[in-house]
Amino acid sequence: MIKIRIQQEDFDVSAEIKSMSSKTVGAIATFSGVVRDSSESNSLISLTLEHYPGMSEDALEKIAAAAMQKGSLEAVRIIHRVGRLLPEDNIVFVGCASAHRHAAFDGCRYIMDFLKTDAPFWKSEETQEGRIWVSERKKDQNASKSWLSKKTKKS
Amino acid sequence: MRILYFAWVRDNIGYSQEELSCPKHVRTINQLAEYLKLQSEGHARAFDNMNAIRAARNQQFVSHDTELSDTDEVAFFPPVTGG
Repeated sequence: MIKIRIQQEDFDVSAEIKSMSSKTVGAIATFSGVVRDSSESNSLISLTLEHYPGMSEDALEKIAAAAMQKGSLEAVRIIHRVGRLLPEDNIVFVGCASAHRHAAFDGCRYIMDFLKTDAPFWKSEETQEGRIWVSERKKDQNASKSWLSKKTKKS
Repeated sequence: MRILYFAWVRDNIGYSQEELSCPKHVRTINQLAEYLKLQSEGHARAFDNMNAIRAARNQQFVSHDTELSDTDEVAFFPPVTGG
């Protein structure tokens, strides 16, 4: 079962983990993305995330469905926060539940790699020098492309 | 046609959406951007380098040569940076 949420509020990782457990789930892997100071002058005041409402939910839904289909996942959660966030605040949560660990780990990596390139969210950084839009990273493009050339593992 | 702008594209233009009826010769994303450039200095700045612009038609990512119809919702934005 897939659940997607885009929200301003923080999320509770342990509550999300609990909500994914069942008798057939033997592994729950999670990923949390957190605000860090990546500005050159180490002066990040805040990070603001905006999204394209409607399209962003659909994009996450699509990525989650592809992850479900690829691995043998029983549950997928994606929570993405929007609005103004401070250093060390949570940004994103991904949870994948499966019978075994490999599918759960792979699910999280797959979802994050595609979330970085295929979901309409944008970050801007507020520093002492003003506000700047974060630019895309080539590494992220390569990470999601690399899944397309990988052979699907049968589990 | 409903046109939406996000991130620095919107910052340059000064607002987040507008309704336009385009002249007949405007048929693709690229042609729409060229047409929008004539609307204001902000538009011209936003669409100065189309390599830095991504587009969606009816909330799906599309390439710049995609054809449009007058009932479409079109969005312009920089490459995504979520997560």
